[in-house]
Amino acid sequence: MNGIPIEHILFVSTALFFIGMYGLFTRRNMITMLMAIELILNSVNINFVVFNKYLYPDKLDGIFFTIFIITIAAAEAAVAIAIIINLYRSHQSIDVEDAAEMKY
Amino acid sequence: MTITQIIFYLLSAIILGAAILSVTTRKIFRSAIWLLLSLVGIAGLYFWLAVEFIAAVQIVVYVGGIVVLIIFSIFLTQQSGLEMKKAPPKRTIASLLAVASGFALTYNLIYHYGFKTGDGKFDMELDRIGTQMLNTGKDGFALPFEVVSILLLAAMIGCIVIATKTKPETT
Repeated sequence: MNGIPIEHILFVSTALFFIGMYGLFTRRNMITMLMAIELILNSVNINFVVFNKYLYPDKLDGIFFTIFIITIAAAEAAVAIAIIINLYRSHQSIDVEDAAEMKY
Repeated sequence: MTITQIIFYLLSAIILGAAILSVTTRKIFRSAIWLLLSLVGIAGLYFWLAVEFIAAVQIVVYVGGIVVLIIFSIFLTQQSGLEMKKAPPKRTIASLLAVASGFALTYNLIYHYGFKTGDGKFDMELDRIGTQMLNTGKDGFALPFEVVSILLLAAMIGCIVIATKTKPETT
Protein backbone atom coordinates (compact mmCIF):
# COMPACT_ATOMS: atom_id res chain seq x y z
CA MET A 1 0.00 0.00 0.00
CA ASN A 2 1.50 3.33 -1.08
CA GLY A 3 4.84 1.56 -1.47
CA ILE A 4 5.74 2.05 2.19
CA PRO A 5 5.80 -0.99 4.49
CA ILE A 6 3.99 -0.61 7.79
CA GLU A 7 7.24 -0.96 9.72
CA HIS A 8 8.52 2.37 8.42
CA ILE A 9 5.48 4.24 9.65
CA LEU A 10 5.70 2.43 12.97
CA PHE A 11 9.34 3.54 13.14
CA VAL A 12 8.17 7.15 13.01
CA SER A 13 5.56 6.67 15.72
CA THR A 14 7.93 4.70 17.99
CA ALA A 15 10.64 7.33 17.60
CA LEU A 16 8.13 10.08 18.35
CA PHE A 17 7.00 8.26 21.48
CA PHE A 18 10.53 7.95 22.81
CA ILE A 19 11.38 11.54 21.92
CA GLY A 20 8.40 12.51 24.05
CA MET A 21 9.67 10.26 26.84
CA TYR A 22 13.08 11.95 26.65
CA GLY A 23 11.44 15.35 27.00
CA LEU A 24 9.41 14.13 29.95
CA PHE A 25 12.54 12.79 31.67
CA THR A 26 14.82 15.78 31.16
CA ARG A 27 12.53 18.77 31.43
CA ARG A 28 11.53 20.24 34.75
CA ASN A 29 9.26 22.97 33.45
CA MET A 30 5.60 22.01 33.57
CA ILE A 31 4.62 23.52 30.22
CA THR A 32 7.41 21.72 28.38
CA MET A 33 6.47 18.49 30.11
CA LEU A 34 2.93 19.02 28.84
CA MET A 35 4.33 19.45 25.32
CA ALA A 36 6.18 16.13 25.67
CA ILE A 37 2.91 14.46 26.69
CA GLU A 38 1.26 15.88 23.57
CA LEU A 39 4.01 14.31 21.45
CA ILE A 40 3.41 10.93 23.11
CA LEU A 41 -0.34 11.13 22.52
CA ASN A 42 0.23 12.00 18.88
CA SER A 43 2.46 9.00 18.37
CA VAL A 44 -0.30 6.79 19.76
CA ASN A 45 -2.77 8.41 17.35
CA ILE A 46 -0.51 7.64 14.39
CA ASN A 47 -0.33 4.03 15.54
CA PHE A 48 -4.10 3.68 15.72
CA VAL A 49 -4.67 5.18 12.29
CA VAL A 50 -1.95 3.10 10.65
CA PHE A 51 -3.09 -0.17 12.19
CA ASN A 52 -6.65 0.61 11.12
CA LYS A 53 -5.63 1.40 7.58
CA TYR A 54 -3.09 -1.37 6.98
CA LEU A 55 -4.36 -4.32 9.01
CA TYR A 56 -8.15 -3.93 9.19
CA PRO A 57 -9.14 -1.71 6.26
CA ASP A 58 -12.80 -2.73 6.38
CA LYS A 59 -13.32 -1.45 9.92
CA LEU A 60 -13.24 2.04 11.41
CA ASP A 61 -12.42 1.37 15.06
CA GLY A 62 -8.94 2.90 14.97
CA ILE A 63 -10.37 6.11 13.55
CA PHE A 64 -12.84 6.31 16.42
CA PHE A 65 -10.16 5.69 19.01
CA THR A 66 -8.11 8.48 17.46
CA ILE A 67 -11.02 10.89 17.60
CA PHE A 68 -11.67 10.08 21.25
CA ILE A 69 -7.99 10.38 22.15
CA ILE A 70 -7.79 13.80 20.51
CA THR A 71 -10.87 14.93 22.45
CA ILE A 72 -9.53 13.70 25.77
CA ALA A 73 -6.11 15.22 25.05
CA ALA A 74 -7.74 18.60 24.50
CA ALA A 75 -9.62 18.35 27.81
CA GLU A 76 -6.45 17.22 29.58
CA ALA A 77 -4.39 20.10 28.20
CA ALA A 78 -7.02 22.63 29.24
CA VAL A 79 -7.21 21.31 32.81
CA ALA A 80 -3.42 21.04 33.07
CA ILE A 81 -2.93 24.63 31.95
CA ALA A 82 -5.54 25.84 34.44
CA ILE A 83 -3.65 24.05 37.21
CA ILE A 84 -0.30 25.44 35.99
CA ILE A 85 -1.59 29.00 35.96
CA ASN A 86 -3.05 28.60 39.42
CA LEU A 87 0.24 27.15 40.67
CA TYR A 88 2.13 30.06 39.15
CA ARG A 89 -0.07 32.46 41.07
CA SER A 90 0.72 30.85 44.40
CA HIS A 91 4.38 29.85 43.87
CA GLN A 92 5.63 32.33 41.20
CA SER A 93 7.22 29.39 39.42
CA ILE A 94 6.15 26.47 37.23
CA ASP A 95 9.11 24.26 37.99
CA VAL A 96 8.07 20.87 39.33
CA GLU A 97 10.87 20.97 41.88
CA ASP A 98 9.29 24.02 43.50
CA ALA A 99 5.93 22.37 44.01
CA ALA A 100 6.91 19.78 46.59
CA GLU A 101 4.59 20.55 49.51
CA MET A 102 2.43 17.49 49.02
CA LYS A 103 5.34 15.19 48.30
CA TYR A 104 5.91 13.81 51.79
CA MET B 1 11.64 5.62 -5.41
CA THR B 2 8.29 7.09 -6.27
CA ILE B 3 7.03 10.52 -5.34
CA THR B 4 4.73 9.02 -2.66
CA GLN B 5 7.68 7.48 -0.86
CA ILE B 6 9.71 10.68 -1.10
CA ILE B 7 6.83 12.63 0.44
CA PHE B 8 6.55 10.11 3.27
CA TYR B 9 10.24 10.28 4.16
CA LEU B 10 10.19 14.07 3.95
CA LEU B 11 7.20 14.25 6.30
CA SER B 12 8.84 11.82 8.72
CA ALA B 13 12.02 13.88 8.76
CA ILE B 14 10.02 17.03 9.49
CA ILE B 15 8.04 15.35 12.28
CA LEU B 16 11.02 13.77 14.02
CA GLY B 17 13.37 16.73 13.57
CA ALA B 18 10.84 19.21 14.90
CA ALA B 19 10.01 16.90 17.82
CA ILE B 20 13.70 16.52 18.76
CA LEU B 21 14.22 20.28 18.61
CA SER B 22 11.06 20.78 20.63
CA VAL B 23 12.31 18.70 23.54
CA THR B 24 15.91 19.94 23.43
CA THR B 25 15.77 23.67 22.74
CA ARG B 26 16.20 25.81 25.82
CA LYS B 27 13.93 28.70 24.93
CA ILE B 28 10.40 27.75 25.84
CA PHE B 29 8.69 29.76 23.12
CA ARG B 30 10.80 28.14 20.41
CA SER B 31 9.93 24.80 21.92
CA ALA B 32 6.24 25.60 21.42
CA ILE B 33 6.83 26.63 17.81
CA TRP B 34 8.74 23.43 17.06
CA LEU B 35 5.89 21.47 18.61
CA LEU B 36 3.55 23.31 16.25
CA LEU B 37 5.67 22.30 13.25
CA SER B 38 5.72 18.69 14.42
CA LEU B 39 1.93 18.62 14.81
CA VAL B 40 1.47 20.12 11.34
CA GLY B 41 3.78 17.42 10.01
CA ILE B 42 1.63 14.76 11.68
CA ALA B 43 -1.44 16.29 10.03
CA GLY B 44 0.42 16.01 6.73
CA LEU B 45 1.11 12.36 7.50
CA TYR B 46 -2.62 11.82 7.99
CA PHE B 47 -3.27 13.47 4.63
CA TRP B 48 -0.65 11.17 3.13
CA LEU B 49 -2.48 8.19 4.64
CA ALA B 50 -5.71 9.47 3.03
CA VAL B 51 -7.56 9.92 6.32
CA GLU B 52 -8.58 13.49 5.61
CA PHE B 53 -11.09 13.73 8.44
CA ILE B 54 -8.51 12.93 11.10
CA ALA B 55 -6.08 15.36 9.46
CA ALA B 56 -8.69 18.12 9.64
CA VAL B 57 -9.46 17.30 13.29
CA GLN B 58 -5.72 17.30 14.04
CA ILE B 59 -5.26 20.75 12.55
CA VAL B 60 -8.36 22.21 14.19
CA VAL B 61 -7.88 20.76 17.66
CA TYR B 62 -4.11 20.49 18.09
CA VAL B 63 -2.72 23.27 15.96
CA GLY B 64 -5.63 25.64 16.43
CA GLY B 65 -6.47 24.81 20.01
CA ILE B 66 -3.85 23.18 22.16
CA VAL B 67 -0.75 24.95 20.83
CA VAL B 68 -2.46 28.33 21.07
CA LEU B 69 -3.44 27.47 24.65
CA ILE B 70 0.17 26.50 25.44
CA ILE B 71 1.52 29.72 23.93
CA PHE B 72 -0.98 31.74 25.95
CA SER B 73 0.08 30.03 29.14
CA ILE B 74 3.74 30.66 28.31
CA PHE B 75 3.01 34.35 27.97
CA LEU B 76 1.03 34.34 31.20
CA THR B 77 3.59 32.54 33.30
CA GLN B 78 7.08 33.55 32.28
CA GLN B 79 9.40 35.61 30.15
CA SER B 80 9.60 33.75 26.87
CA GLY B 81 13.03 35.10 25.97
CA LEU B 82 14.69 33.58 29.02
CA GLU B 83 16.67 30.40 28.63
CA MET B 84 15.64 27.47 30.76
CA LYS B 85 18.12 25.79 33.05
CA LYS B 86 20.09 23.00 31.50
CA ALA B 87 19.33 19.55 32.83
CA PRO B 88 22.21 18.11 34.85
CA PRO B 89 24.40 15.86 32.65
CA LYS B 90 23.75 12.84 34.85
CA ARG B 91 20.03 13.07 34.19
CA THR B 92 20.54 13.69 30.48
CA ILE B 93 22.77 10.65 30.08
CA ALA B 94 20.46 8.44 32.13
CA SER B 95 17.41 9.50 30.11
CA LEU B 96 19.25 9.08 26.83
CA LEU B 97 20.24 5.56 27.82
CA ALA B 98 16.73 4.67 28.98
CA VAL B 99 15.13 6.11 25.85
CA ALA B 100 17.61 4.52 23.45
CA SER B 101 17.31 1.08 24.99
CA GLY B 102 13.52 1.35 25.12
CA PHE B 103 13.41 2.39 21.48
CA ALA B 104 15.76 -0.42 20.42
CA LEU B 105 13.74 -3.04 22.29
CA THR B 106 10.36 -1.82 21.01
CA TYR B 107 11.41 -1.38 17.43
CA ASN B 108 13.12 -4.75 17.42
CA LEU B 109 9.85 -6.34 18.51
CA ILE B 110 7.86 -4.42 15.88
CA TYR B 111 10.30 -5.18 13.10
CA HIS B 112 10.29 -8.92 13.66
CA TYR B 113 6.59 -9.29 14.39
CA GLY B 114 5.53 -9.74 10.77
CA PHE B 115 2.26 -7.84 10.40
CA LYS B 116 -0.26 -9.39 8.06
CA THR B 117 -1.66 -6.64 5.89
CA GLY B 118 -5.42 -6.87 5.47
CA ASP B 119 -6.80 -6.91 1.97
CA GLY B 120 -9.92 -4.82 1.99
CA LYS B 121 -10.55 -1.47 0.47
CA PHE B 122 -10.12 1.29 2.99
CA ASP B 123 -12.99 3.70 2.61
CA MET B 124 -13.45 6.36 5.19
CA GLU B 125 -16.63 8.03 4.13
CA LEU B 126 -17.81 10.72 6.49
CA ASP B 127 -21.38 9.43 6.56
CA ARG B 128 -20.05 6.03 7.61
CA ILE B 129 -18.19 7.63 10.52
CA GLY B 130 -21.25 9.61 11.54
CA THR B 131 -23.60 6.64 11.36
CA GLN B 132 -21.30 4.44 13.38
CA MET B 133 -20.54 7.17 15.90
CA LEU B 134 -24.19 7.61 16.87
CA ASN B 135 -25.25 4.00 16.48
CA THR B 136 -26.57 2.35 19.63
CA GLY B 137 -26.45 -1.18 18.25
CA LYS B 138 -23.50 -3.48 17.66
CA ASP B 139 -20.25 -1.68 16.71
CA GLY B 140 -21.82 1.61 17.66
CA PHE B 141 -20.02 4.31 19.61
CA ALA B 142 -23.01 6.15 21.09
CA LEU B 143 -22.11 5.43 24.72
CA PRO B 144 -18.45 6.57 24.50
CA PHE B 145 -19.66 9.64 22.62
CA GLU B 146 -21.95 10.57 25.50
CA VAL B 147 -19.30 9.81 28.10
CA VAL B 148 -16.83 12.05 26.28
CA SER B 149 -19.37 14.84 26.13
CA ILE B 150 -19.84 14.60 29.90
CA LEU B 151 -16.04 14.58 30.31
CA LEU B 152 -15.70 17.74 28.23
CA LEU B 153 -18.39 19.45 30.30
CA ALA B 154 -16.66 18.41 33.52
CA ALA B 155 -13.27 19.61 32.21
CA MET B 156 -14.75 22.96 31.21
CA ILE B 157 -16.36 23.55 34.62
CA GLY B 158 -13.22 22.29 36.34
CA CYS B 159 -11.01 24.73 34.42
CA ILE B 160 -13.22 27.64 35.36
CA VAL B 161 -13.28 26.60 39.02
CA ILE B 162 -9.51 26.04 39.20
CA ALA B 163 -8.42 29.14 37.33
CA THR B 164 -10.81 31.64 38.91
CA LYS B 165 -9.02 34.09 41.13
CA THR B 166 -10.22 33.63 44.69
CA LYS B 167 -11.16 36.89 46.33
CA PRO B 168 -9.34 37.70 49.58
CA GLU B 169 -11.56 37.15 52.59
CA THR B 170 -13.00 40.44 53.82
CA THR B 171 -14.32 39.56 57.23
